[in-house]
Amino acid sequence: MTDAALPRRQPFALRFPSVMIFLAILALFTVGVTILSEGFGIGVISTSFIKTLGKTLCLCLVALAMDLVWGYCGILSLGHMAFFGLGGYAIGMWLMYARTEIIVLESLAAAPLPPTPQEVSDGIATQIFGVVGSSEFPPIWAFAHSLPLQLAAVVIVPGLLALVFGWLAFRSRVTGVYLSILTQAMTLALSLHLFQNDSGLRGNNGLSGLQNLPGLDDVPQATVSLWFFWASALALGLGYVLCAWIVSGKFGSVIRAIRDDEARVRFLGYPVEAFKLVIFTLTAVIAGIAGALYYPQAGIINPAEIAPIASIYLAVWVAIGGRGRLYGAVIGAAFVSLVSTWFTGGQAPDINLGVYTISWVDWWTVLLGLSFVAVTLYAPKGIGGLIDLITERKSPNRHGASLGPDQGSLREQEAEK
Amino acid sequence: MSTLLEVSGVSVSFDGFKAINNLSFQIAERELRAVIGPNGAGKTTFMDIITGKTKPDEGRVIYGDKSVSLLKMSESKIAQAGVGRKFQRPTVFEDQSVFDNLMMALKKTRGPLAVLFFKPSAEDNHKVADLAEQIGLSGALHRKSGELSHGQKQWLEIGMLLAQEPRLLLVDEPAAGMTPAEREHTTDILREAAKTRAVVVVEHDMEFVRRLNCKVTVLHEGSVLAEGSLDHVTKNEQVIEVYLGR
Ligand SMILES: Nc1ncnc2c1ncn2[C@@H]1O[C@H](COP(=O)(O)OP(=O)(O)OP(=O)(O)O)[C@@H](O)[C@H]1O
Ligand SMILES: [Mg+2]
Repeated sequence: MTDAALPRRQPFALRFPSVMIFLAILALFTVGVTILSEGFGIGVISTSFIKTLGKTLCLCLVALAMDLVWGYCGILSLGHMAFFGLGGYAIGMWLMYARTEIIVLESLAAAPLPPTPQEVSDGIATQIFGVVGSSEFPPIWAFAHSLPLQLAAVVIVPGLLALVFGWLAFRSRVTGVYLSILTQAMTLALSLHLFQNDSGLRGNNGLSGLQNLPGLDDVPQATVSLWFFWASALALGLGYVLCAWIVSGKFGSVIRAIRDDEARVRFLGYPVEAFKLVIFTLTAVIAGIAGALYYPQAGIINPAEIAPIASIYLAVWVAIGGRGRLYGAVIGAAFVSLVSTWFTGGQAPDINLGVYTISWVDWWTVLLGLSFVAVTLYAPKGIGGLIDLITERKSPNRHGASLGPDQGSLREQEAEK
Repeated sequence: MSTLLEVSGVSVSFDGFKAINNLSFQIAERELRAVIGPNGAGKTTFMDIITGKTKPDEGRVIYGDKSVSLLKMSESKIAQAGVGRKFQRPTVFEDQSVFDNLMMALKKTRGPLAVLFFKPSAEDNHKVADLAEQIGLSGALHRKSGELSHGQKQWLEIGMLLAQEPRLLLVDEPAAGMTPAEREHTTDILREAAKTRAVVVVEHDMEFVRRLNCKVTVLHEGSVLAEGSLDHVTKNEQVIEVYLGR
């Protein structure tokens, strides 16, 4: 046996050219958009479209997380948008608090006596919670005054929820469709809870005005939108490299093995539950970060954002893009969410059939549903599968092909086809 | 030679059907043992119990120098304690290369963090290369294992077992679907493996068992019918009746 047959340890970038290609495209895209923007460039792209693009990058990031947990590890979580929303709420609390604090301080500045901290706090609370008929801070706002603490909450809250949920679910070996249902129940319960006025997060009003950065009122939105766009692009790039690193090594081997035959992995001695928990929690954290970048661009977050359907859409994006490959998730999220914006934004021309007019605002979901079914049935590799046509990547996709031992030789013929 | 594994008085029933009935079995360190028995005798279930896949209704399974009970341990803990298993149907990870399959099986720390930061050393790469040579897959290291023939998959799985460096190896019908030449190679691998560890082989094929040239345990309806050399058990009236005389 010569060493020649062994894989050479090349630098990461060379072993995974797709990562470099992705980063190059992302960088070009970011520079291009900046040049065409209103804030820093020639003003071809409107600020609201910059925000749409920035939000799309965040959706790509959460789709990466979804691909890691579902496409690579085989856990069909239908609750990851809950983590995304929690990240948004965590940063939204600080944005709202800090901005309201400035307003309250300004209005109290005119008073003859300097305001006491209690007066300031009461003033902020009345401003924020007036809509839900309260004027006191709920306990979960204890850290809202501190940016570092709320930033920590962006990763800790989704991470902790995923850790506890995952620990309970994986420990009792809940898998497959039962796990999917459980995750749906989790996101439904969370959204119902947040809908209540006494949840402490302003019920169905949600948190708003998030596009305004506290103390930076003089900076135009055209500029702020680009800051967030850049931050989103950076986060997506880093997230992509992280995910690529995770799936490239032995860890990636093990989680793909768990996806394909979890029982067998146990007999190799790997603690399957621990691996699932790590992936579930890590992807929840990534989702939280994506959400924290998304909602300041959206400007508002409310409990409807974490309704069960949101997480189902996420799975649909990844399926359409092609699960089990990172760029597939990115393509799926970008493509479907942009097309969806186009259709639901009323830009798509309606089709007049004489007796009935197909209005895309209503029919888009039907079209999306049909595409999902079509992709699942006829093109399980998704849009990303098209890349295989270029690179001629072949995979022996014969999972569960259980030809008995006697016909074993058949498999060889099959493989040589 | 000291006892490595002791199974005593174990019973399992599935929906009232007793698949294993008061079974007792012992194997010493570095012993090679063949287990034979008609279809449905409970051979696979017996392995399921040892490896923690099935929990018995009663009985004890004691393993190792420290005489630990395997019944309270999870599948992965049992595997880490040194029990390796090859399944009846070859189960390799078809989507991954032969190299990745072997590297995954190589004896290393199994925790998620250790795995995340794992980098194969030159020595690890050599071990994998040597194993591939032993199982005749040197030329196929970078092929997806799904492309291998049935017999090659069986070998890959045996290779993965050897990579785990288990103290007790349980092999369920390793020669199924192999050509005569492949079978011979498989017997050699198993006999070689039994020089450094205990090996239990379940097999239907008498010729294969004869070549293994070891003590034989006959299972029938979930309990041991006879035990001894192959010649000894094949002379046993009951064995002839239930198994050989079919
Ligand atoms: N999970 C299960 N649920 C119900 N019955 C089972 C289960 N596993 C095994 N059995 C039954 O237990 C009996 C023993 O099965 P086992 O697979 O251990 O036999 P075997 O000796 O390995 O047979 P073969 O030679 O066909 O592999 C069979 O009758 C089988 O149907
Ligand atoms: Mg069997």
